[in-house]
Amino acid sequence: MLRVAIVFGPLVVFPLVTNSSATWLINIGVFTLMFAGLATAWNLIAGYTGYITLGNMAFFGLGAYGIELVFQHVGVGAGWWPFLMVPVVGLGVALISLPIGWVAYRTRALSFIIVTIVLVVVLQYLALNLTSLTGGSLGISMPTPQFAPGTFERIFYFVMAALFALSLGACWYVRQSRLGLMMFAVRDDEDKASGIGVNVAVPKLIAFSASAFLSAMFGAVWAYYLATIYPQFAFDAEFTSMAIILIGFLGGAGTLWGPTVGAFILVPAQQYMAFTLGANDYYLIGYAAVFAVVMLTMRRGIVPTINDLLDRRRRGRISQLGAPRSTGAPVAEPLEAAVGSAPQ
Amino acid sequence: MTPALEVESLTKRFGGITASDACSFSVEEGQLTGLIGPNGSGKTTVLNMVSGHVRPDGGSVRLYGRRISGKSPTVPYRLGLARTFQRARVFPSVTVRQNMHVSVPTYGLNILKWGVDGTVRERALELLEDFRLYRMADVPAGELSYGQQKLLEFAMVLMSRPKVLLLDEPTAGVNPILIDTMVEQIRRLHDEGVTIVVVEHNMEFVMSLCGHLVVLNHGQVLCEGPPDEVQTSELVLDAYLGS
Repeated sequence: MLRVAIVFGPLVVFPLVTNSSATWLINIGVFTLMFAGLATAWNLIAGYTGYITLGNMAFFGLGAYGIELVFQHVGVGAGWWPFLMVPVVGLGVALISLPIGWVAYRTRALSFIIVTIVLVVVLQYLALNLTSLTGGSLGISMPTPQFAPGTFERIFYFVMAALFALSLGACWYVRQSRLGLMMFAVRDDEDKASGIGVNVAVPKLIAFSASAFLSAMFGAVWAYYLATIYPQFAFDAEFTSMAIILIGFLGGAGTLWGPTVGAFILVPAQQYMAFTLGANDYYLIGYAAVFAVVMLTMRRGIVPTINDLLDRRRRGRISQLGAPRSTGAPVAEPLEAAVGSAPQ
Repeated sequence: MTPALEVESLTKRFGGITASDACSFSVEEGQLTGLIGPNGSGKTTVLNMVSGHVRPDGGSVRLYGRRISGKSPTVPYRLGLARTFQRARVFPSVTVRQNMHVSVPTYGLNILKWGVDGTVRERALELLEDFRLYRMADVPAGELSYGQQKLLEFAMVLMSRPKVLLLDEPTAGVNPILIDTMVEQIRRLHDEGVTIVVVEHNMEFVMSLCGHLVVLNHGQVLCEGPPDEVQTSELVLDAYLGS
């Protein structure tokens, strides 16, 4: 609860206290929340079931083009209605993701990484060539959102914040349920998991399509925000795909808060440097530097490293008191003590 | 009466090597059977095929008359056949307690239910106490010693209350104190009427524990019978010592 308040308190206050002329700051906020949510969704597959995927941008892009289809074929105007269509687009993409996941899961480990990144590349080429649907490399425009100039950024900021909260909430729930345990079992030893009655296809496919659902919703809101989508950005196999993974590993894959922490460090840094260094690509060097420094000092990511430190300190204090390591456990019988310390 | 486990001309070839060559035996309900044989005689391969981890090239496995061969390991486990591995396999990144919880088969939408059922929690703690792992309940399983991991793996499969239990070298790499715990638990399960098949190299362990032995050699059943009979068999002595 405390952590939730620490994260979401400032998130809600931030756009309200920012000067209304400093929209660029809120713009950074929008992208930070988007990447935090995308990385959290990525974590559901990569961190929890252990299948490193580079393919979540495929669902992001499908979500973007999904909302474009909604604009073309459903009269939703350009106000609040499109936001209500976002979950519908998400569900559609989640359905599409099921057969894709079923095929991708024929492979494991490295082959899975390749299969998922190829998915993004294939969709990008499709989007570039299906010009009637996507406008090809010229991109396609959607109605500009009809919000007052001063509130425009803030509205998207809060929508992104809501989606981010949903992603985090979904991960939190999964971790408390049997489903999460099944995912962790698959990550640690898939064959063993199937040997103890875990139907491994179930946690894998649920993670895949839930992640697709969330990513697609971010894609849809992103497309509405920018009003114009290009295939090379909607299905970005390079920068955006990599950014999500870097954020995940930076914060710590497999933890609840890792991707959030990673995004709140990396995205503002990248956006700020892109903003101040202007049109050249030097900001990418700064971006890489931030990543390199953190990964060299905290190899497993920020959150696991800090958890380890806290854990060690707590254990150190307990062993000084001479109490058993796990709290709340009964005092050991002599035999247990012998077993616990017997060398193997 | 149908035997608890029926293995019928089970065959597996790896390349040019026939690891299991039309191997047949059956295990009566409640029996404690030792599956022994020299190195490379196909004991683990047979076990892998019975549990569904390796797909046989031929033959069949029946659990209480029901064919289970050729199916994913999930199926036999849910029908009451559980196994442990030669090298302990637990889920290292989650706690000992969670390792126990995840070993109970869950069906349908129950996987989305919040938390863990009270009965499952209690059963897990009971077993952890029996296996003297209670104190480690909240430690990640990867931090346990190897012997403790073997005990944990054993305790995990008991979460499903199996009717047939396959143990692959339960004492290998385990220190003597832990072996005592292991033997104690195997005896108790045997008394409760669980059908057990043990693959083991430790002859003292096998002879003192098992009521029935199946000896494998070159992937075939060499002989079968009570321990004292098998011990004096010419065939077995030849297989182990070479003629």
